[in-house]
Amino acid sequence: MTRDEQLFQYLLRLGDSPLILAQRLGEWVGRGPVLEEDIAQTNVGLDLLGQARLWLSYAGEVEARFAAAGRDEDALAFLRDGGEFRNLLLVEQPNGSYAETTARQFLFDTWHLLLLRALAGSSDPGIAGIAAKGAKEAAYHVERSGDWVIRLGDGTEASRARMQAAIDDLWTYTGEMFVLDATELVLVDAGIAADVRTLAAPWRRHVDAVLAEATLQVPAGTFMQRGGKEGVHTEHLGHLLAEMQFLQRAYPGARW
Amino acid sequence: MSVPTVATGDRAAAATGAVPAATGSRPSIGALWLALGAVPDPEVPVVSVVELGIVRGIEWDAADPATLTVAVTPTYSGCPATELITTSIREALAAAGVARIRMETRLSPPWTTDWMAPEARRKLRDFGIAPPDGQRSPAVAARVDVAGISPLRRTAVAVACPRCGSLETKLLSQFGSTACKAQYRCLDCLEPFDYFKPH
Repeated sequence: MTRDEQLFQYLLRLGDSPLILAQRLGEWVGRGPVLEEDIAQTNVGLDLLGQARLWLSYAGEVEARFAAAGRDEDALAFLRDGGEFRNLLLVEQPNGSYAETTARQFLFDTWHLLLLRALAGSSDPGIAGIAAKGAKEAAYHVERSGDWVIRLGDGTEASRARMQAAIDDLWTYTGEMFVLDATELVLVDAGIAADVRTLAAPWRRHVDAVLAEATLQVPAGTFMQRGGKEGVHTEHLGHLLAEMQFLQRAYPGARW
Repeated sequence: MSVPTVATGDRAAAATGAVPAATGSRPSIGALWLALGAVPDPEVPVVSVVELGIVRGIEWDAADPATLTVAVTPTYSGCPATELITTSIREALAAAGVARIRMETRLSPPWTTDWMAPEARRKLRDFGIAPPDGQRSPAVAARVDVAGISPLRRTAVAVACPRCGSLETKLLSQFGSTACKAQYRCLDCLEPFDYFKPH
């Protein structure tokens, strides 16, 4: 792969996770447990969608340097098949109960903030610009999802049990957040990509602190799923895409 | 992604109302800042897109003297008002006599509420939105900063109620009617209000 092809792949990874999580959060619109949360989920989803648009637009610009034509953000979002998506397995997991949505968000937000802060120092000005902007937004996301983990964990017997079960269920999807593959390693050496291995320790410090405050246990399991970065997904992504991409697949080129 | 560096137009002239003479038939940069100062933010109509710091610079194109380059920055990445703001800016500049407009999105440095003009903060408060200058409150921080052992958590701030001025207020949700606002409730006058979050 040329440098631009590697950069394109990396930008897909950066853009696909917020895109897929934004779609999941969109499923909560009108169904939040309370009005404030309905609004909050939507606002977080909008932030993530905005970030995904910036990453994917940039990916399209880079693609145009080595392909006949670069795809725009819409083509990348609506016209790729599941195996071409590079998002983390964590974000495609179903919403489930509010505890599961909260656990997914908390585990992601903590990693996301650390990642964006690291990328704000990228030698690539396009990446640094998007990341610095996104980090400011992610700081509010982390605060909110952590607060909810504490509220539900240190809540009633029922809410605590659900919150613990949700953290336990999703724990296996957190490992791949800190795995560096060959493509990323080259970009890390060039000062472009973030070395996600270095994010594991600060991530655990925050997760441990919040779980302790929430009277929850850190899961003991060590087996970690992986595959998202390579396009090997869980069965849930296809169903999500079927809904997200329906309009452009059924009516190609349809516009507002 | 290109990170254009456009020389900033004369914002000071716009602020003082001193309008330099126009060159030929095209309007002066100062007059255009005044025109932009009349474009309201669609979500918070009491303040203009200039006061919010969304318009970062305007400049006549060196190659084509009839084209004006306008650099704008989004407040939040996903702010749904961005497209409407762009349209409103185009309309205002066209009405002020600009023949051709080229919009540029500038992400760096990222938008911050520090760019909000002092006058805009007063207007927000009068409108019922607490401006983004909440102060660190040791008393409040000690109460809610439970997981402050983690550097990721923020220290709680005391936000003054825009109606009665009380500092006895409570955060209801970090996300309000728009991404840029949080929801608070005043514990003295009991009214709910929006807080423009520091960003």
